Amino acid sequence: MTETRTAIRMSAGTKIYLYVSLTIIAAVVVIPLLTTALGGFKTLGDLRVNPFGLPVEWQWSNYTDILFGERYWRQMMNSLIIATLTVFLTVSVAAMAAFTFAHVKFFGATFLLNYFLIGLMFPAATAILPLFIRIRDLGLLNSYWGVVLPQVAFGLGMSILLFRNYFRNLPEELFQAAFVDGCGYMRFFWHVTLPLSRPIIATVAIVSFVASWNSYILPLIMLNSESIYPWPLGIMVYRGEFGTEWQLVLAFITLTILPTIIVFFLAQKHIIAGLTAGAVKS
Amino acid sequence: MTNISATTAIDHAAGAPRVARRKSPTARGRLPVLILFLPPALLLFTIFVIMPMGEAAWYSLYRWDGYGLPEQFVGLRNFEVLFKNSAFLTALKNNFLIIVVSLLLQIPLAIWLATMLANRITGVVVFRLIFFLPYVLADVAAGLIWRFVYDGDYGLFAAVAGFLGVETPYVLADKDLAIYAVLAVVVWKYFGFHMMLFIAGLQSLDKSVLEAAEIDGATGWQKFRFVTLPLLGSTLRLSVFFAVVGSLQLFDMIMPLTGGGPFNSTQTMVTFLYNFGVTRMQVGLGSAVGVVLFVICVTLAFSYKRIFMRHD
Repeated sequence: MTETRTAIRMSAGTKIYLYVSLTIIAAVVVIPLLTTALGGFKTLGDLRVNPFGLPVEWQWSNYTDILFGERYWRQMMNSLIIATLTVFLTVSVAAMAAFTFAHVKFFGATFLLNYFLIGLMFPAATAILPLFIRIRDLGLLNSYWGVVLPQVAFGLGMSILLFRNYFRNLPEELFQAAFVDGCGYMRFFWHVTLPLSRPIIATVAIVSFVASWNSYILPLIMLNSESIYPWPLGIMVYRGEFGTEWQLVLAFITLTILPTIIVFFLAQKHIIAGLTAGAVKS
Repeated sequence: MTNISATTAIDHAAGAPRVARRKSPTARGRLPVLILFLPPALLLFTIFVIMPMGEAAWYSLYRWDGYGLPEQFVGLRNFEVLFKNSAFLTALKNNFLIIVVSLLLQIPLAIWLATMLANRITGVVVFRLIFFLPYVLADVAAGLIWRFVYDGDYGLFAAVAGFLGVETPYVLADKDLAIYAVLAVVVWKYFGFHMMLFIAGLQSLDKSVLEAAEIDGATGWQKFRFVTLPLLGSTLRLSVFFAVVGSLQLFDMIMPLTGGGPFNSTQTMVTFLYNFGVTRMQVGLGSAVGVVLFVICVTLAFSYKRIFMRHD
């Protein structure tokens, strides 16, 4: 996000129009989020008569009960484990395959690359039932791997493409020098390609982490015991249990999206760049 | 959001002969690297993507509860049942509606905001961040938050209605209104992503063209309509592609909002697949939905590519 444009002269009228429009839209985005966070501090009665304003009496216990309970942390932990495994596998498997497509000439390379790119064309949902049966027959139902492996597989097309395009644009001279010096492909991959590829590794990692952290349909189908649920499944269960006690549900939602929001604000540049570049660069 | 600009991708790969770029020296050990580096990806992809898709096509011809082997061959009966099922037809209609709204409401909104935020004005970064924020939240969380907003007893809608002194609408329980409530959340969640695409597009525009137009006396709107918009073509096509593909697989957000109800009025193809195929273990019927979705995705991807993305 480089600002290429210079500041533009604007009349006062344009300015007012601009900021009024932007503020209205920003309010539509922020108000639901804020009322959710504030709602978690209210009593149910307070929430009923006063959903917008500040709590009459701050009910910290709504939040602390969740924070001191085991449930919230267990779900966060499950999500973290699944996402970490997914990122690690996606990055390593896709980078290796992409390396062969970028640098090794072999018979059928184009065909194989196109084979992987088929995966870009349809969502995991299309094959969800056969996928469920496959995972069941492999004995992976209700395990982290039952979610991780399909997630990695469906992320491969995109990741291989991003890696390959990046690898191919690395300066040619590196190769010549390395190969003249008698460096083999593997050493080249490990000592030259990977260290030079940090930006694209970050992009692929961010895209697959966010996708996995937020994913719902695969865990929903592959997992069936609550002890292993990642948080998107967990909040649905929580909401089912506490039904209309909205103040608790709101506190729980707030706490589950809090990590995302904090990380987003801390690393906003990288995240926005990663998520949009992931889209544009392919 | 994995299946991004699929067809662009395929063209790149198969595409134009590379301009005698690489007279690359061959290093030692070509075979070992192929044997070590390719199979992991190949195996994972074949076992968990390609084979399930093929199996979906196979299972869709059977009536099967998922145990043992599929033996009860029913031909195309599953598809027949599907296209006579009113819930599935509603689902198709809803998916179509979501695409239309994404194209006619969300993308113009995104472009409008992008034109304001591509300039260096005070507070630009804050606004961009706020608008992008819903996109990074999980669909499930967004759905639950809006379920609260729409709640007729406790939610913001209740408060606003109370303030205006009208009867509280129970939007999500109304079979005529619910789908529009869902659509609003879709726009709320995804417009920021499209806005970012357009900001990137706007910033890569050649400014001199705009200056030339200004010197020729073009008004703001004229500049936008006849210079900026045509130059944004490739971004626009990309954004449309995402909107369409994303709309087709909408599921996560519907589940917390309505679960497909009331009276199946907010089903999409994927919620239908889940509610009728997965929870009832009707593997044949569910697979048939998968096949229909697959055919739609692939047809759209290829025809879109042919018609609109030729020049990119």
